[in-house]
Amino acid sequence: MSAEPLMAEVDHAVDADGHDHDPHATTTGLSHTKLAMWVFLGSECLLFGGLISTYLLYKTRGNGRTLPTDVFDIPFTSVSSFVLLMSSLTMVLALSAVSRGEPEAGRTWLLATALLGGVFVGGQVYEFTAFVREGVAFTTNPASSAFFTLTGFHGVHVSLGIVMLMSLFVASLKGKLTQRNSETVEIVGLYWHFVDIVWIFIFTVIYLIPAD
Amino acid sequence: MTDTVAYDHSEAAATAGEHHDEEGHSHPSDWAYVKIAIALAVITALEVFTYFETVLDWGVALVPSLIFMMIVKFYLVATWFMHLRFDSKLFGRMFSAGLILAVGVYLVTLTVFEFWV
Repeated sequence: MSAEPLMAEVDHAVDADGHDHDPHATTTGLSHTKLAMWVFLGSECLLFGGLISTYLLYKTRGNGRTLPTDVFDIPFTSVSSFVLLMSSLTMVLALSAVSRGEPEAGRTWLLATALLGGVFVGGQVYEFTAFVREGVAFTTNPASSAFFTLTGFHGVHVSLGIVMLMSLFVASLKGKLTQRNSETVEIVGLYWHFVDIVWIFIFTVIYLIPAD
Repeated sequence: MTDTVAYDHSEAAATAGEHHDEEGHSHPSDWAYVKIAIALAVITALEVFTYFETVLDWGVALVPSLIFMMIVKFYLVATWFMHLRFDSKLFGRMFSAGLILAVGVYLVTLTVFEFWV
């Protein structure tokens, strides 16, 4: 028996009516998992849109105390932004390597992405502590509350992304991440790039555009 | 058999500087991704440059320029890194639906607070 009929038995199932069908086929012809991720990312636009709008409404309400805009360290945040931007490159290179069937290269790029994400989160923790030292804490005024909520939520998203990346790294080490299931990397990648896109927006609207 | 075909296919595509996914969509080469990243880095550098007003006063062009650069970066990441340029349009429509709804609703909210309250 040749290998071809065996593959056909694996890839196709016969239903009760005797129709041969692919168990992975979908009604749209597209991956439903990927479609679900895109719908989720669309809904995330509403979440971050709400948080950004809240900050824009409150950014000048300092109640006579220091505003977040008074203590922004633009050169430092620029470096953080650059790091997160470059993590999108390493993420897409990880996907490219896995879909080419190069698990070692894929692992390296996944680890690089997680490390760059870690540097970004570390920078955010440093920024938060520096702000608190300079008198801008979560409950200082409406502006600081909105600022910490927005950037904190983003930081949590990056942290969750790092957990997902490390899960993929471990799965790859165990040989469970192959060319056949490279879509898993793509879906985590979509989430990661979205987090990057949100920061592109935050960096410009919150940090670079002058408050007044 | 399927794997062999897939392997031969990706090998041929790799020679041409691109590869294909399981759905047959062509994806750009790694070098293309690097070029996009360089473009993103240059735009980010320009954005940061606007912060130092002592070097060059952007005047009234500051905010429109920053928003334009932000949109270009957004577009590059979404179309190239998130593969919207190569994938089914349905994915883009799902994302655009949330994005347009968010931008619309919050622009209305912000203008209400700005002009009506």
